[in-house]
Amino acid sequence: MTDEPLLRVSALSKFYGSRVGCENVSFDLWPGEVLAVVGESGSGKTTLLNCLSTRLLPSSGTASYRMRDGQWRELYRMSEAERRFLMRTDWGFVHQNPADGLRMTVSAGANVGERLMAVGDRHYGRIRATAVDWLSRVEIDEDRIDDEPRAFSGGMRQRLQIARNLVTGPRLVFMDEPTGGLDVSVQARLLDLLRGLVTDLGLAAIVVTHDLAVARLLSQRMMVMKDGRVVESGLTDRVLDDPRAPYTQLLVSSILQV
Amino acid sequence: MTDIATYNFAYLDEQTKRMIRRAILKGIAIPGYQVPFASREMPMPYGWGTGGVQVTASIIGPDDVLKVIDQGADDTTNAVSIRAFFKKVARVAVTTETATATIIQTRHRIPEHPLTAGQVLVFQVPIPEPLRFLEPRETETRKMHALEEYGLMHVKLYEDIAKHGRIATTYAYPVKIEGRYVMDPSPTPKFDNPKMHRSPALQLFGAGREKRIYAVPPFTDVVSLDFEDHPFEVQTFDQPCALCGAENVYLDEVILDDHGGHMFVCSDTDHCEKRREAPTSPSWGGRAEGAGGGNGQSSLSSTPTPALRADPPHKGEGKEAE
Repeated sequence: MTDEPLLRVSALSKFYGSRVGCENVSFDLWPGEVLAVVGESGSGKTTLLNCLSTRLLPSSGTASYRMRDGQWRELYRMSEAERRFLMRTDWGFVHQNPADGLRMTVSAGANVGERLMAVGDRHYGRIRATAVDWLSRVEIDEDRIDDEPRAFSGGMRQRLQIARNLVTGPRLVFMDEPTGGLDVSVQARLLDLLRGLVTDLGLAAIVVTHDLAVARLLSQRMMVMKDGRVVESGLTDRVLDDPRAPYTQLLVSSILQV
Repeated sequence: MTDIATYNFAYLDEQTKRMIRRAILKGIAIPGYQVPFASREMPMPYGWGTGGVQVTASIIGPDDVLKVIDQGADDTTNAVSIRAFFKKVARVAVTTETATATIIQTRHRIPEHPLTAGQVLVFQVPIPEPLRFLEPRETETRKMHALEEYGLMHVKLYEDIAKHGRIATTYAYPVKIEGRYVMDPSPTPKFDNPKMHRSPALQLFGAGREKRIYAVPPFTDVVSLDFEDHPFEVQTFDQPCALCGAENVYLDEVILDDHGGHMFVCSDTDHCEKRREAPTSPSWGGRAEGAGGGNGQSSLSSTPTPALRADPPHKGEGKEAE
């Protein structure tokens, strides 16, 4: 199965009027692969992610996704109903700010269970058991299941958001700065957890980050963006250890050494 | 009579009625779908039934017989004034009898007496959108209805069970119409939900402030949402009506004094009076619980609004028994 990619992106561009969001981005993503998109803020990383996750429509270019039945579908030709269905079953989207990805006024259990109910599960006991299971997998105590995420710390909220996204067993997860705004020890634990989950579940992921350490830890491959264009791409270790483009060299040399 | 010569029949002008009738027809054609309409200013504040009044005004004709109830009662302020309004502006016959009415405008109850074909039940609706408290954006809720994304509705029921151990929603209990649209049955107690299912009467819903009309045509499936392991059930009362002895009807708690005295009586006043007038009715002399007599075990856990009536009807009868 892995000899065919999961996602094929070709010449994707997004313009905001005359301003460039991202321009001429092409890549393939294979099942189980984690791709990091790095670059400074304003380089078009998030625009690219939003286009790929169909939250934004690109100005030109195509992206095709291999569905569970093996059929290739062009994302921007699918109906909105199909896209939204894909979004809550086969895909996940982890926001930088957990409040954007969670329902802050319903309990943690309901947050995790929502996707199950959305795809038609109507058995309370089963939904709750799954929620308990997922909370433990993201290291949230079972007795917090009926608490609202408002009562959670930043790190817990982010873990809850991850559980909420993974409960339907997606094959592709988009992450926008998943560790942004967390302190370093919490970041480390979250990264550890993410790495474990990605490996265990064989998830493919596209991770947008400005933090090269996050890219190093999570991803196998990375793309470096500047001014909306991909300036360099390759295996993560290669790009970070032997950066070729001048901008990448600048980026790598800017990492603070403690 | 000359004082109303300046008004059109049934208050609204013909163009407006035409517009509302079109919305009603569309609502009937798509059961449970909320049709936007250009709600007019009515000579009453929002929240007092402006939507229901506009629907009634658009469908009423000179031969109609109108009944108006408020929480099941014919004699509360809202019901009395709406009835008087139509008596004045449409000169129609009015009644308190469920069986003889052709149009019944209601706030938060469905009469106990079974409705028949040809009758129209007009609901006053404060918030037509069942998903509103879960998703505040109207653009998003409309999309959810369009794409039939109703998982969120079950999130609310899930929350109920997680917090209370059972589905604690007792009114405005969401229903699915004809297997398609999820609808708010207006804040009627869930006790009345089964009455909507395949009802021979036409049910129209008007929300004046929110500018929406929706409908349930006769003999339409109305299914209350639930979980497989927590099925839908209606409220039960562990005592009959203290006035007429009726069982399996919806009861209101009426406070009798400042010392905890209270009694449970039919919320449907017409039903209660008919039963007491009928010669075959059991000889209930009225029964009231004295101070501290309430065992607190009543299943009437909540009603749409505080069941305390400002002027409890039949109060005197209740007191006589003390």
